Amino acid sequence: MDERDGFEERLRQARAREGLDTPREQRGAPPQGPWGFGLRAGVEVVSALVVGIGLGYGLDRWLGTWPWLFLVFFVLGSAAGVLNVYRLFNPKRRPRAE
Amino acid sequence: MAVEGKTIDALSQFELAPVGGVFGWAVSFSQSNLFMVVAVALTWYLMKATADRGAMVPGRLQALGESAYEFVAGMVRDQVGDEGKKYFPFVFSVFMFVLFGNLLGMLPYAFTYTSHIAVTLTLAVVVWVAVTLIALKRHGMHFFSYFFPEGAPVWLAPIIIPVEVISYLSRMVSLSIRLFANMVAGHVMLKVFATFVVLLGGLGTIGPFVAAMPLAVNIALVGFEFLVAFLQAYVFAILTSIYLHDAVHLH
Repeated sequence: MDERDGFEERLRQARAREGLDTPREQRGAPPQGPWGFGLRAGVEVVSALVVGIGLGYGLDRWLGTWPWLFLVFFVLGSAAGVLNVYRLFNPKRRPRAE
Repeated sequence: MAVEGKTIDALSQFELAPVGGVFGWAVSFSQSNLFMVVAVALTWYLMKATADRGAMVPGRLQALGESAYEFVAGMVRDQVGDEGKKYFPFVFSVFMFVLFGNLLGMLPYAFTYTSHIAVTLTLAVVVWVAVTLIALKRHGMHFFSYFFPEGAPVWLAPIIIPVEVISYLSRMVSLSIRLFANMVAGHVMLKVFATFVVLLGGLGTIGPFVAAMPLAVNIALVGFEFLVAFLQAYVFAILTSIYLHDAVHLH
């Protein structure tokens, strides 16, 4: 009986390792802590602004509508930056399901 | 190079110069490219040494290779889930390339190729395009519902969709700027404090005593930079995994 119990245990471990059973709890999140969050938030805002300004400026150059699209995309980029920071603090992680 | 006259020259360490004589000039093979080749060769050697021996009780090199493998494999499994296993080689390659780039840069006289926005942006664009293609392949046109959350009022679509698209595009910018800025800032700080050591050291009798202070700072910074080198490679890989999770599961 002992040997069989040992087999069941090893089989369970092997199945878990190969992902045949349900996954376990989450591990390995991005680094937490005030500095990590602060720096990440700054980068997220800046990068959204860069994309917004770049898109607006490029479209203006192309369509000759300076400065209107630039202004519109500047505002949209700011909103996207806020959205990025919001996502940073509230990751929308649902339980593992399609 | 650090001290020219009595000024601090912290940025010349990022300048590219051809290596390898005539061949290097002919194809613009810079020291950045050289260290990329070294990084790939080292990764290849580490993996080969790990896989070749396959000892039941691993030696030092095999233990290093196995722990690197398990670290990334666990990260992909936890972040993406079991569907993510086929993307493991991609995440692992990116992780090892960034990690070796950061760590090789800590050697004296070495060049840190991750301190160039051209390199990190290319890496981030590769990740971004790959993730987008995976999402398109898995979900087809349904992928575009990612840009409009369910349940939002339809009249808000003209605002929400551009904001979501910009947010999605900003991923590659934030991924590249984070790595690039961390590496540049660290190496500039090292250079600045190293220059202080040299400048203060030349102040006559009290020089060596005053110079000990920036030297102490620099020693602490070197340790900190090793932490940053690991941390930034980890952050790059885990964000790649998180984006893969979004691509595989969509919302």
